[in-house]
Amino acid sequence: MPELTMVDALNKGLHQAMAADDRVVVLGEDVAKTGGVFRVTAGLLDAFGEDRVVDTPLAEAGIVGSAIGMAVYGLRPVVEIQFDVFVYPGFEQIVVHAARYAWRTQGQVPASIVVRIPYGGGVRAPELHSDSPEALFCHVPGLKVVCPTTPSDARDMLLAAIADPDPVIFMEPKRIYRAGRQEVSDDMPFPIGNGGVPSEVLTKARIAREGNDLAIITYGATVPLCLEAAERLARERGVESRIVDLRSLYPLDVDTITSSASECARALVVHEAPRTAGLGAEVSSLIHERVMLDLEAPVGRVTGFDVPFPQFANEDDYLPSVDRIVAGAGKVLDF
Amino acid sequence: MSNQPFRVIGDGDKIPDAPVPDGLSEKDLIELYRWLVLLRTFDERAVALQRQGRIGTYALYWGEEGTQAGALYACDDADWVFPSYRQNAIGILRGVPAATVFAWWRGYGGTHGFWNPREHRVGPICVPIATHLPHAVGLAWAAKIRNDSIASLSWFGDGATSEGDFHEAMNFAAVLKVPTVFFCVNNQWAISTPITKQMATDNVAVKATAYGMPGVRVDGFDPIACWKVTRDALDRARAGDGPTLIEAYCYRLKAHGTADDPRLYRDESETERWVAREPVGQMAGFLTRLGVIDDDQIEKIKQEAKETIASSVKEMEAIEQPGREILFEHVYASGRPWTFDESLRELTGVERPPEVKPIGPQPGSSTGNVESDDA
Repeated sequence: MPELTMVDALNKGLHQAMAADDRVVVLGEDVAKTGGVFRVTAGLLDAFGEDRVVDTPLAEAGIVGSAIGMAVYGLRPVVEIQFDVFVYPGFEQIVVHAARYAWRTQGQVPASIVVRIPYGGGVRAPELHSDSPEALFCHVPGLKVVCPTTPSDARDMLLAAIADPDPVIFMEPKRIYRAGRQEVSDDMPFPIGNGGVPSEVLTKARIAREGNDLAIITYGATVPLCLEAAERLARERGVESRIVDLRSLYPLDVDTITSSASECARALVVHEAPRTAGLGAEVSSLIHERVMLDLEAPVGRVTGFDVPFPQFANEDDYLPSVDRIVAGAGKVLDF
Repeated sequence: MSNQPFRVIGDGDKIPDAPVPDGLSEKDLIELYRWLVLLRTFDERAVALQRQGRIGTYALYWGEEGTQAGALYACDDADWVFPSYRQNAIGILRGVPAATVFAWWRGYGGTHGFWNPREHRVGPICVPIATHLPHAVGLAWAAKIRNDSIASLSWFGDGATSEGDFHEAMNFAAVLKVPTVFFCVNNQWAISTPITKQMATDNVAVKATAYGMPGVRVDGFDPIACWKVTRDALDRARAGDGPTLIEAYCYRLKAHGTADDPRLYRDESETERWVAREPVGQMAGFLTRLGVIDDDQIEKIKQEAKETIASSVKEMEAIEQPGREILFEHVYASGRPWTFDESLRELTGVERPPEVKPIGPQPGSSTGNVESDDA
């Protein structure tokens, strides 16, 4: 099996989805000839033609809105938002229409679209290219919000998102787009066009590291940082951390979250997005509501701050680092 | 492009009637009249129901029936239409039960208040302004990709042309040569904001030039003229020549909605000047002059519409308040989130509040001279 980066794995998933299902179309800014600014859509134009791989005018409400119309007609559009912040003009279409079409049509006509959003900081980008807006979407009933961390998951989850009849916000942690390689099977992880049965890769969290002393719950680009922090905690303190890679941000895999917290008796949530009303607040609340009596310490949080994402000269001060994760873990362990 | 809105129906006095455009038989003319009357009857009934506290706040379209029925009559059955709330009852001309539309205004969801768009090729009632325009574009674009020769049409008001989604939809459609028709009902008022505060151009149609598509002005009170310009635009769309912007120039003869009071912001003597042009009466006059209809037939059509709508009201009023579980139904097409079951348990653990009823007329609202009857 070939070893692929996340970008290559996503690209492979798109090729496979488009080959398997002629309803799948790809829309976005610079996705066709250029293959996307991150090259996730490279080669699709040559393989599937300009009807199905479209460089659109530069307008996110138009892109998301017309994708919804296409889905109403029966296509399966996959939309690329060029950078996180650029999704905001399309936010109304996502919230008001994509999220509500199934409900408004009594399940008959869901807006079966996938909105891919390369997101997050750490890539030394200009202002307004580094936001983590996932919690905004988790707060919108009708959407599924997912975030892969490994190349293999990225491919499988993208295929599952395209097969899913509901609108899926597909968060791509662009900082780890090319951070590592992994074998990605050529086989389809499940049959495409499976009648809308949601795949487990879209709903279940993944255990990225085994351990029983501290549950670290995270997703996206902070997963590798947490793994590194876990090695240091093992080395320096003899603490074995269990890393839970959420994969699905809405709905949350409550069973894996609470059983991990319960079995480890200590839990820490780590994400790059701002702290207030972020995923960490929800995860922490779930744990406290359900398994508080199993805990030795309150759930800790290591997150971005409640400030605009800084200019990149200071982005490493904003982003959760291994040092901050280790320090945050220390507070939970020493409570 | 002529600045004068295209018109077929004269005034029965100084302005002569133009010939009936090719493609409309006498049977068509009578059917189109029947559609107008049905829409009018629905609208008047809805206002009365709101005044009696039997449905919620209602956005009326009295006087705009020609822009709706005329445009829809020009569509093929396979073409899709996307209404705003101002065309809320357009579905009843495509097989959506009128009771469903009444139920929507009564605050009912589920299968009571929503329909399946694929069954009728009618999009859901769009409440936010102009956000359904990209859907009409995307749908017709998808049909084009699939080599299906259908087109789409969206209705919106003059206020909608200020929205970004109008611009994005127009531009997408023109660049991608999408077979769609943008039907702007320029009634000159967006609640209290007159068109002069909405745009600096002389008219709406002129905006089309900037997008690279034709802009056509039509008399919005003339159902036959609306039919003709829409049919031409659809022909053009189907020929692969892309979208058209139609501006149906008219005047909002009543309030924006049942909670509005136009006396607060406009001179209603100006409104009176336009009332004689309302389309249902004009169409009846035109067909009478043509000799294709007489007073008895007109009365019969009105009576039938009244009966249809009355029975729809009965049907709507027989609906019982849906159970609490409806909150959690069809939010997702697959994979009900675990939170829903938990929420439903929380809800069923407490006593249900008394049934919610519409509030009825609010102090200070006035819709003008729409009759109220208890039929």
